[in-house]
Amino acid sequence: MFSRLLQGFFKHIDSFLISCLLFTMLVGLFVLYSASGHSLERATSQLINIAVALVVMWLVANIQPQQLEGIAVPAYILGVVLLIGVALFGDISHGARRWLNLGITKIQPSEMMRIAMPMMLAWFFAKREASPRMTDFAIAGLLLVIPVGLIVKQPDLGTALLISASGFYVLFLAGLSWKFLLGGAVSIGAMMPYFWSMLHDYQRKRIEILIDPSQDPLGAGYHTIQATIALGSGGITGKGWLNGTQAQLDFLPERTTDFIFAVFGEEFGMIGNLMLLLLFSLLIARGLVIAAQARSTFTRLLAGSITLTFFTYGFVNMGMVSGILPVVGVPLPFISYGGTSMVTLCLSFGILMSIQTHKKLVASG
Amino acid sequence: MKSRRELKNYQNEQHNFKLRLAVLGLLVLIAFSALAIRFYFLQIKRYDYYQTLAENNRISIVPITPNRGLISDRNGVVLAHNFFVYTLEVTPSKIDDLDATIAEIAKFVEISPVDMKRFNKQKDESHNFESIPLRTHLNEVEAAKFAVNRYRFPGVELKSRLFRHYPFGKLGSHMVGYIGRINDSDINNLDEAGLLSNYKGSDHIGKSGIEQSYESVLHGTTGFQQVEIDADGRAVRVLSSQPPTSGNNIILSVDSKLQEIAETAFGEHRGALVAIKPSTGEVLAFVSMPTFDPNLFVDGIDFDNWNALNNSLDKPLINRPLRGIYPPGSTFKPFSALAGLEAGIRKPPFSIYDNGYFTLPNSTHRYRDWKPGGHGNVDMRRAITISCDTFFYGLAMELGIVRLTNFVRHFGFGQKSGIDISGEIAGLLPTPEWKMRRYKQPWYMGETVIAGIGQGYTLVTPMQLAQATAILANNGLALRPRLVSAITNAKTGATTLTKIVVNEKIPLDENNLEIVKLGMIDVTLPGGTAASVGVNAGYSIAAKTGTAQVVGIKQNEKYNANLIDERHRDHALFIAYAPAEEPKIALAVIVENGGHGGSAAGPIARKVMDYYLLGKLPAVEPTVESAIATKPNENIPVAPVNPVVNAPEEEHFD
Repeated sequence: MFSRLLQGFFKHIDSFLISCLLFTMLVGLFVLYSASGHSLERATSQLINIAVALVVMWLVANIQPQQLEGIAVPAYILGVVLLIGVALFGDISHGARRWLNLGITKIQPSEMMRIAMPMMLAWFFAKREASPRMTDFAIAGLLLVIPVGLIVKQPDLGTALLISASGFYVLFLAGLSWKFLLGGAVSIGAMMPYFWSMLHDYQRKRIEILIDPSQDPLGAGYHTIQATIALGSGGITGKGWLNGTQAQLDFLPERTTDFIFAVFGEEFGMIGNLMLLLLFSLLIARGLVIAAQARSTFTRLLAGSITLTFFTYGFVNMGMVSGILPVVGVPLPFISYGGTSMVTLCLSFGILMSIQTHKKLVASG
Repeated sequence: MKSRRELKNYQNEQHNFKLRLAVLGLLVLIAFSALAIRFYFLQIKRYDYYQTLAENNRISIVPITPNRGLISDRNGVVLAHNFFVYTLEVTPSKIDDLDATIAEIAKFVEISPVDMKRFNKQKDESHNFESIPLRTHLNEVEAAKFAVNRYRFPGVELKSRLFRHYPFGKLGSHMVGYIGRINDSDINNLDEAGLLSNYKGSDHIGKSGIEQSYESVLHGTTGFQQVEIDADGRAVRVLSSQPPTSGNNIILSVDSKLQEIAETAFGEHRGALVAIKPSTGEVLAFVSMPTFDPNLFVDGIDFDNWNALNNSLDKPLINRPLRGIYPPGSTFKPFSALAGLEAGIRKPPFSIYDNGYFTLPNSTHRYRDWKPGGHGNVDMRRAITISCDTFFYGLAMELGIVRLTNFVRHFGFGQKSGIDISGEIAGLLPTPEWKMRRYKQPWYMGETVIAGIGQGYTLVTPMQLAQATAILANNGLALRPRLVSAITNAKTGATTLTKIVVNEKIPLDENNLEIVKLGMIDVTLPGGTAASVGVNAGYSIAAKTGTAQVVGIKQNEKYNANLIDERHRDHALFIAYAPAEEPKIALAVIVENGGHGGSAAGPIARKVMDYYLLGKLPAVEPTVESAIATKPNENIPVAPVNPVVNAPEEEHFD
């Protein structure tokens, strides 16, 4: 009786995904404890974030994909309206206008767009009766550019980049022609020297620093230099939990958030890093399988985009910390400290679970 | 194309989707492989290198502050430079008993109460781990004494720092400006501009004048060293370094000797003078009196000096050329005149018979001329020469306020001149719309009448007045004024001249210009309101005097300068350019509470022009005293700046 109740309760939870997720989160808690200078307070606070996020995931997993399809448009419109609100009345902090003060609470509408964007585009292509034509892709491109433009203006390049990626994945999976992709890549490449010549010296300098942080070792480059030292000195097996000198001696900046991977890599070494890559790969592989098995255009596109966006987060963060990608503010999924990203991620995995577990109903109905 | 419009082929679409999914899966594989290779490179291949950096030594990045660019005048005279001084710096976090340590240091090096005050203030404002100067400007003996005993004071360091110094002190301090210690709001601004990392290691930033407005030019690029530090935080070995790039040097258009002559000419008077080279827009002198010593600010100004400067009735910290606003008075008349001529309503041979007052049609209210009984027959040229109020009352009435302001706005009134240092204000050129907005009252014809002679609401800055004069001298070609002539690149030594920016070319009839200019030349000739200024000049001067009332004079009350408190006397104004035929200098002078424009402000202008045009240094005592008596006293009728709501039926200006 009890086991049946339990089974009903977890009916829409994908056991493979949840196992990988819980394990990753557990690893994250240990790293966070170390990175925060043995702060139980930080770890507890993150534990609460995780609890909230898991509840959200459970709720979303129990929603039918058709219902998700129904809220795609309102969610997108609300997101754009809030972004315009941010542009007009947003609070400025650290030189960027990202937060909207609603009186009771402050929200960051760009976070909401991370989910709303792929939902909207997946809805859009699901609605096309015929195979999508060039004009459809043009309209979809416009739907993508409006919120991204608003987020670039804030400015929040990291988020804008990732939302662009999530939208691009939908376009690609919906069948954006190879010719167009190739043509786009070539024309962007060809335009580069022109744009470069249009820039001011200081703007060029900034882009150069973005690409090669060692040019600015006092600013952006400092993070990268210290992070590579942390990773490199970790060696094969790592210095051991709580023993990372770079991390423990205050050399690493933002070591509980964007640069937490440096702490992980220093303390758990190459083996730890590869384990984490494996964990991420398993999550991605499962997501791709769910996408491949999905029955409707909407669920298929959404599952594909969510999975690859998750990959993009992980790759951009690890690439930035290990010095092969420019420094953009992107947290490491499930590991970095922060409630918003935790909830957004669990929400997206909840959607994956919903798509997978409601499949039979769709098929029979 | 038709086939593309067919209903979806679901099987085909599924197949396509899976293919694309596989492509993306491959992308994931490639990306993660790249990461794995990178991990291999960092954690296995170069493990020893990073291991050494992380374990045995710590790496630290030490900024190297660039030398700040120099500021010199157009002849190469240096107005702001840097020099090395020894400073004794303390890092509070490294010291257990701060008071005891300081007491011990005081046995070798004198620490004054002022030093202690400044140290404590900076300690409160900064983070504990930063080093804070305890004593600056140590002499060689003190430095040597401390150096010998250094081992006894961990956490105290003898440093050699670059200090900013303004060798001429008070000279042109409003223009050159000063630097001061970087505060929290500076940090926020730098952070928002994305420049904060370039200020690691910099303690100072431009706070006013050229130092502030050209901060990005002067500061330079901070260099850095990657050094290994031991457990005590001392540098052991330099791993790599990139030298700093010095800030660029700035060459001002100002002539410091001219500046000095102008400032000296003001004596004890308060006021402002701006001189411009009309053909280029370069500012030749930029005087705000009284001035202050910018050196006081560099090291953090102490409380007493700050109070003295800030609370002084003379307001020495105000940048008068850019932020002082004054009614232009009769110096406005040449511009009114040109407005009337260009509108075609006062073309020669138009003249009036001035019997000493002007009345509006259907009104008995008399707007009086400064000269009781009037000037008799007056045409445009003579009206400027003798500053005839009655002539301009009528001109303004017929022209109307809208046409008048629309015309003179081209000369820069009511708007910022766009000079290359910040802080400028726009003055005020009143319009009926402005009055409705500001006072919720309609515009009265009487206000137009007095606007014609530069009274009423109109307010100008000395900068604007000089700019307007330069535009006039330049036959309507308006160039943006600038203080910086050239910038010398510290690295390459290449000097780049700043560009002449044409704001606009006002289309003006040559004949109309000629009339106004002739009138202004006559001003400095016998019979003009500033005849004394032109005596024995050796070159021709086109000028206009002006007077602006500070306090309202009651009806039937005579203005008598001698009976009025010095600070309530009229402001004296004077604009001029010379030589009149081929203007090389245009200027505006305002002497606060100086009385009449010709007598108080004119001689200052003359000294400046004499030096600039002839290289003549002023005599110790002014030599034009004797001529002053011949000049009429130009008592300008003035409307109070704040209009009296219940205005009397008849106003008596006297």
